[in-house]
Order: sequence, then C-alpha cells, then structure tokens
Amino acid sequence: MSTDAIAWPRSESPSRPFVDQLHEWVTTVDHKRLGILYIVYALIFLVIGGVEALVMRMQLIRPHNDFVSPQVFNRMFTMHGTTIIFFVVMPLVFGFANYLVPLMIGARDMAFPRLNAFSFWLTAFGGVLLYFSLVGANGLYGAGNAPDVGWFAYAPLTSLAFSPGHSTDFWTLGLLVSGFGSIGTAINILTTILCMRCPGMTLGKIPLLAWLNLVMSGLVILAVSPLTAAQLMLLVDRNLGGHFFDTQAGGSAVIWMHFFWIFGHPEVYVLVVPAFAFASEIIPVFSRKAIFGYPVMVAATLAIGFLSMSVWAHHMFTVGMSSNANSFFVLSTMAIAVPTGIKIFNWLATMWGGKIEFRTPMLFCIAFLFQFLIAGLTGIMLGTAPFNWQLSASYFVVAHFHYVIVGAILFAIFGAFYYWFPKMSGKMYNETLGKLHFWLFLIGFHLTFDFMHVPGLLGMPRRIYTYEPGRGWEMWNLIVTVGVVFQTLGVLVFAYNLLWSYFRGQPAGSDPWDAWTLEWSTNSPPPAYNFAAIPTVKSRRPLWDLKHPDDPDWKYE
Amino acid sequence: MELRSKKNPNPTSMLPTLTFLLASAAAGAATETADPPLSPTNIFAPLSTPADSIFSLSLFVLAVTATIFVVVATLLAYSVVKFRKRKNDDGREPPQVYGSNQVELAWTVIPVLIVVALFMATARVIATVQNPAPPGNVVEVIAIGHQFWWEYRYPGLKVVTANELHVPVSDSAHPTPTFIRLLSADTDHSFWVPRLAGKTDLIPNHPNSMWIDPHETGLYLGQCAQYCGTQHAKMLLRVYVRSRDEFERWIEEQRQPAHQSDDVSQGKHIFETTACINCHAVAGTVANGRFGPDLTHLMSRGTIAAGAAANNRENLRLWIRNPDAIKPGSLMPAMQLNDQDVNALTAYLETLR
Repeated sequence: MSTDAIAWPRSESPSRPFVDQLHEWVTTVDHKRLGILYIVYALIFLVIGGVEALVMRMQLIRPHNDFVSPQVFNRMFTMHGTTIIFFVVMPLVFGFANYLVPLMIGARDMAFPRLNAFSFWLTAFGGVLLYFSLVGANGLYGAGNAPDVGWFAYAPLTSLAFSPGHSTDFWTLGLLVSGFGSIGTAINILTTILCMRCPGMTLGKIPLLAWLNLVMSGLVILAVSPLTAAQLMLLVDRNLGGHFFDTQAGGSAVIWMHFFWIFGHPEVYVLVVPAFAFASEIIPVFSRKAIFGYPVMVAATLAIGFLSMSVWAHHMFTVGMSSNANSFFVLSTMAIAVPTGIKIFNWLATMWGGKIEFRTPMLFCIAFLFQFLIAGLTGIMLGTAPFNWQLSASYFVVAHFHYVIVGAILFAIFGAFYYWFPKMSGKMYNETLGKLHFWLFLIGFHLTFDFMHVPGLLGMPRRIYTYEPGRGWEMWNLIVTVGVVFQTLGVLVFAYNLLWSYFRGQPAGSDPWDAWTLEWSTNSPPPAYNFAAIPTVKSRRPLWDLKHPDDPDWKYE
Repeated sequence: MELRSKKNPNPTSMLPTLTFLLASAAAGAATETADPPLSPTNIFAPLSTPADSIFSLSLFVLAVTATIFVVVATLLAYSVVKFRKRKNDDGREPPQVYGSNQVELAWTVIPVLIVVALFMATARVIATVQNPAPPGNVVEVIAIGHQFWWEYRYPGLKVVTANELHVPVSDSAHPTPTFIRLLSADTDHSFWVPRLAGKTDLIPNHPNSMWIDPHETGLYLGQCAQYCGTQHAKMLLRVYVRSRDEFERWIEEQRQPAHQSDDVSQGKHIFETTACINCHAVAGTVANGRFGPDLTHLMSRGTIAAGAAANNRENLRLWIRNPDAIKPGSLMPAMQLNDQDVNALTAYLETLR
C-alpha cells in the first residue's frame, strides 16, 4: 500500500448527458453512491421534518394561539417524529456506514451490493409511502390525511374506531417497508465487517467506526423485527378484523407498548452508536492522539448493545407495572450509564495530553461530548421511576430526547459531514462558513432545548396543540421558538456551504486531515473500486505506521 | 408503609441547591404557600405524600447528577483549554498513549457504586408510593377517562360527577387519603396533577390505581398527559381539596336528585326530546346517557368542557350552539337549535345546581 494517491481512471466523464448520469445513479450498486443517495435522501427529509417542527413551534409561541388547528398540529408531531427517526437519522447513519465501512476496512464494496441497492430503494419507498398519505389517505369524509396517532402510535388510538380512513395504514406500511430495508442494510454491514476485512485486519484492529457499526447492525436486526411484527398485527387489526390491540374486544393496549418499545429503546442506540463512531474517529485525529482504551471502548459498546435490549419498559413506568417490574427496569436503565460513562471518559482521555485543533468537525464533536453528557444525566433522572412519574410525557422528556437526537446524534453527524466531505466530494469545505454554522446551531440548540426542560418541570405535557395562560409556561415557550430561528439559519449556512464547496471548493487532496485510517489512503473521491491494490495492515492506524516508520503502532498494540 | 403523619423536613436544607430555578422552586415548596412559584403545576411544589416522596428523591438524584456534571464538564473544559494546539507549536505529534487498565477500572467502579446508591434510593420510593397500607377511612373514587373529559364515580358514596374531582384534605391527625381507580372508556389517558402525585395512565382493559393525600385545601390543576386524540390539549384536570366538613356537605348535595322547577319546563322538554339524553344523564329524569358528562349538578362546577371554559350562561350557549368554538374536535355535536330553544335549554341547565 502506498500513501500516494492512487491514480485511477474515472468511470464517467462530466460531459455525459444528464439522463445517462441519472440512470447510473438509479441503477448503481456501488456502496459509495448508495451511501450518498442515503445521505441526500435524508437531507431532503431533514428539511421536511424541520418545517414540521417549525409549524409546531409557531403554534406554541403563545398560549391559545390559532396558527394551526389541533388536527393539523397532531399530524405535525406525528409526521415530525416518524420522519426524523425513520427517514432522517436512520438513512444518515446507514449512508455514512455504507460509504465508510468498506473504505475503512480495506474492502472494494459491501458484501452484497445488490441487496444494498434493494435496501436503499425500500427505505426510499417507505418514506414516499408515508408522505403519500397526504394525498391518498382520505378514505372517509373528515378522516384526515396525514397520520395523527403520534410516532409511537399507542393502541387503541390506531384502531379503526378512533382512526378512520387510511392515514394510519400508510404510517404502518411506510414503516414496514423501510423496516425491511433497514434489516437488509444491517445484514449487509454485519457481513461486510465480518467477512471483507483486508489482510492483517483482525477484529482487534478494525477502526472503532466499523466496530460500532457492527453493534448498530446487530441492534437493528434485533430491534426492527419486533416492530415489523407489531406493524403486521396492526395491519391485521385494521384490515382483516383482528383483535390484537382492540381493547373493546379483549385485546391489549399494553402489548403494543411492549412491542413498540422493545424496538424503540434499542433504536435510540441504533442512532447514537454511529454518533459514537464518528466521535471515536474525529476526536483522535484532531487531538493528534490514538483513541484511549480501544479494547475498553469496544467492550463498552458491546455492553451498551446488550443492555439496551433489557431497558425498554422504562418508557412505560406510568402504565401501571408492578413495583418489582419497575425496580428491575430502573436497575437495567441505570446500569447502561456505566458503559456510557466509560465511553465519555475515554474520549476525554484521548483529548488529554493531545494537541487539539479546533476545526469544524472537532468543534461539533466537543459540543457532542458536552451535550451527550447532559442528555445522559437527564436520562438518569428519567430512569428513576418515581421521578419519571412526574417527568414522563412532559416537555422535560421532549427536551431530553432532543438533547440525544439533536445535541448528540445530529451534532456528531454534522461533524462527520465536515470531516468526510473532502473525501466524498474531493473538495474542501469553507472553514469560516463551517464555524458560522457551528456557532449558529449551537446557540439555537441551547436556546431551544435547554429552556424546553423548564415547562416540563412546571407540568406542561407533550403533544398539546395549545396551553392555558397562567401556568408559567409562556416565556419558556417563546424562548424555545426563538432558538428555532437560529437553528434554521445554521442549517441554511450548512446547505450553502455544502453546495458552494462542491462546485467552488479547493481540491482537498487524498488526506487533508493527516489522518490514520484507510479511507485517507485512496483518492478523493475514491475510485469505483476504492483501492488499486488491497492494502495490508499491521495495526489500528495503518497510515500512522506509514507516516512514522520509526515509531509504528504495531509495536505497542 | 404508614402514611406520613408529619411533613417531611425540608430536604433543601440538606442538599446543595442546584440552579436558580430549582432553588426558587424548592423554596416555594418549603414555605408551602397555596400559590407555588413559577406555576400552579410545578412538580417541585408537592403537597401530598406521593408527590412529596418523589420530590425528596428527585433532589437526591439532582444532587448526584449535578455533581457528575460539574466534574465531567470541568474536565472537558480543562482539556479543551489546556491541550489546545498552541500558536508556537513545534509541529510534532504529542506522545501517543493507548490506554491504562488502572484508570479504566477506576472509572468503571465509581459509576457502578453511584448506580447502586441511586437504585437503592429509588427502589425504596417505588415501594413507598406503589404499595401503601391504606388506613381505615379511605375515600374511594373511580376515574374514567373519556375523549376528552373525566368521569368521577364515588362508589361508596353513590355520587357521579365529571371533570372536577372533590376530595377531603388529609391532615396528620386523621389521614383520609383518596384512592383512585383509573379506567378508560376509549383510548389511553393519563391522570397528572403534579402537586399531588406523579402521573398514572388510564388504559382500556387495564385498570390502574393511584392515591393522593393532599395536605392543604385548595384547587389543584393538571391535565391529561397521554396523547388521546384531537383534543388531548383541553382535557384539563381540576382537583378541589376541601376541609372534611365541606367535603361532607358537597357529597350530601351531589347525592340529591336534580332540582325540579316548572319555570323551565320548556327547556327541560327540549333537553329530553333531542339528542341531549343520548349522551348526558340528569338523575331523577329520563336522561340517562353515559357518553358525556353527568349534568345532574352541572351548575355546581366552575368550568365546562373539561376545564376549557368558565361555566356561565354565555359559554353554555356557545357550547350548545358551536362546541368547536371552545374546543375544536370535541365529541359534543353542534345542536342546531334556534335562538329561542337555546335560551330555554340554557335556562333549564342553569337550574341544575
């Protein structure tokens, strides 16, 4: 293997007709192109989901506002949650995994390229199906169009009696279809990491990003399956006269909650473990140090994956479980704080004694660390069942999970965008705009989600389209809405930066960060088959070994 | 467990106050004024044993998490400042450190100990709140969640009412806690009056229970906390805590059949010959519907439409004419009556004291 960029003939010339190029993208089985398709698809839905959030915040800016009707508001929060979880964060996570995993383990593609394409198009179709409800769900007069049952769609609100028309069917089918896509991609990532590593890369030497995506994929297979089963049961209930969740006919509303949350909680880790993966690659490079405690990081991730399967009912502390069951789920929930804490300490130890460069990816990762810390601590509060009886279903819990999904996951994903953009596009992004994006988004994030905790503590439940004056919630809601403006500006700067840099950016070169993993040993963007010659590695940081032949890693690992 | 006979010693004096907000909230709890700071639904201003136990535990949890936050955030800030790349950097890579088993062991064992401590404290409060030993004189209430209002039945006392729950105050000498059995007629709901107790869900086919023992008289607010459909937002909770005597008097009044008056026979006739009686009941008349609130003593309530509007003539007329003006999406239909009939009907309703 050579550190020099490998010249490789480009498979297409820029002058080809648009239809030919489009055809290539639509029929591609290349992991990098599918990765980019996932990412672009997710960014489109990020805009849609963001607009839905904006509508809700406008409605809640003051009490008794009538910006939208309750019906529209209820559709907004249902579509916002469903869109962001299933059609923004999951595709982003899968997109980066698709793009990066083969490159980082020295493979030429995923294990099953055609399954990869099939999975992407299933996911894409699922999102389209969900939004097709806007025009296709008007089964009955007054039945509404978009789903309005909430993103966890508790029974029996989803039954025909309370949710007439077809909006809930579109919700079910959309998630069912994209769920199959997720399982396909998970199997693909799992197989790729287990079977396609380059010579010398034992399981103890694969980059942490690959390890963490391995755990993520295992969780997807375990978690999405029960959701798929539940969706099928719901379809049977709604369309074939079943009674699984039909409480009027002896069905159980609680069993839906169990099915949903045994998916729903591991799902949080499906989303956050890849965020850990980005941080675990970016923090060492910009601290100029090897990751601290690699084996412990792997063990902690496995522990998180394992424990995350046993905590689901902490979403159900208020549904009337026995005190023993509540105590069990308190313990399992708190246990997960231990491996999570270990990860935070290891990232800190990686920075400790380094030479930290505050480039945009690192800024996002430092904010990720800070915000993930807070999200974890409010998670402990929520995991304390009695405290949860006050906090659950309030704005406190809304603030908490947005701290996880925006403050931790989205910040890490933004870091990943800036870090790998030079590799994916071959162009350098604009650092000034990157930092502007960071600061705008940071200010907006904290205005919105710090202050969102407060109305929850003051008794404001989630999912209300309006609220009474005189409850002390007015000022907090106003601040929360103001923060959204800053976040929107930040995202606009981000989008402009991506587009401007793609067309006008400076060439990035193959290794702009002086980094250590294999993706930086090939061209930017990498050629269709990634590596001219499959590399052989001797340590976790093959490029460090090449750059420091006098002091290679493999002497110490 | 015994129901608390003395109020908790104020825990704020034992634990560091954490933020301005918590400090002011806790101070409010300590003075136990009727008007808590910041909000009438402040979870940090408890006035009933379950809410009180939760409050004490939450202060412990907040103290632990705040300590962790200060330690870790300081470490983060310190490393960001101390180990930043300097202007005069020599361009050499810093020393590479790959890990340390001793350090890893330390930051594994310490969190484990913290988790054990938190769990023990939590399990104790779970048992306290969930498995109480009720004293002899308990008021039993059945609360039934409907889209989008609350039905209350006092089975021992033969009282049925809606949307405004009345319970006796429970003082230390003679505890009279109220035990609430929670049922649902349709979708999931959740009963949450933050100053009295944590929330418990009302789930069809899955009866739940909870209890409160308010230490002070007054009106306590809350609202449905589990999304239940279009008007989830205006499914408000009002709990009137009365002195023992006032509560007895209220029960006595509520047990009476509906007030009869010949002056409003026209309105009564309209009520009994239109769709009103399909959903509403008025004790002692032919009206015995159960889909909507019992109206036998309608005028004894301060609000209509589950707390969405004040109970006065103007709002009653509006509610009969066009419920969507007060609560869009509620299941009360617009009654399509002419002005004269609406006036007569409202006059009849106003006699239901």
